[in-house]
Amino acid sequence: MTRLLYFAWVKEKTGIASEDVELPESVGTVADVIAWLKTRGPEFENAFAQSETIRAAVDQTHARADASVAGAKEIAFFPPVTGG
Amino acid sequence: MIRIQDGDFNIGEEIAALRVDPAGKLRNDIGAIVTFTGTVRDTLPEGAGEIFTLTLEHYPGMTEKELTRIEEEAHARWPLQASLIVHRVGTLLPGDNIVLVITASAHREAAFEAARFLMDYLKTSAPFWKREKGPDGEHWVEAKETDDQAAARWRQE
Repeated sequence: MTRLLYFAWVKEKTGIASEDVELPESVGTVADVIAWLKTRGPEFENAFAQSETIRAAVDQTHARADASVAGAKEIAFFPPVTGG
Repeated sequence: MIRIQDGDFNIGEEIAALRVDPAGKLRNDIGAIVTFTGTVRDTLPEGAGEIFTLTLEHYPGMTEKELTRIEEEAHARWPLQASLIVHRVGTLLPGDNIVLVITASAHREAAFEAARFLMDYLKTSAPFWKREKGPDGEHWVEAKETDDQAAARWRQE
């Protein structure tokens, strides 16, 4: 099981803050996860419609679209950060 | 040292705490202390109304991990005796403190540069998100390209 987390407007669009999922075998990278998420319903399709504007973190480390998610315990999706 | 908290911080107290050793004695190896404070600015146009709040959401776990990582990088790149990052979360009002960065070194060059570096990296990698609320409703603050450019200048080839 992998925990998926959503933050800021990504969370507002998906409607959930986090969930535990079983990622399909074919999902190998962050980009694969996003493609899979978009098939799960209209809220997800809407949330990830402009996926180039969404950032990801695998096990709490920033990850690019081509990053592997093999063995990941936690994957988060969020807009570019605006702290400070 | 890094802290995430919703309560306010006191800049003078934090500087004072940084200048003493664990026994409470003033350190004699610090010659320069640089402090940066980020505060809430009311971005509503003139006359748009007084109701304005800024709410900071964050990713518990990753925020601590990222701030620790960038602090470690600052200590690796500059000779620092001590440093502190405090970042608030939750709902804030105009004029409130948001973030505090303190760097201490033997000489000022490292203290100034490390403080700048910490802020530039914090702005582009620490997982916080700001939501502004005004009389017309709420909206998410957008990341600025100037912040990415500021962080890029520290990249080492």
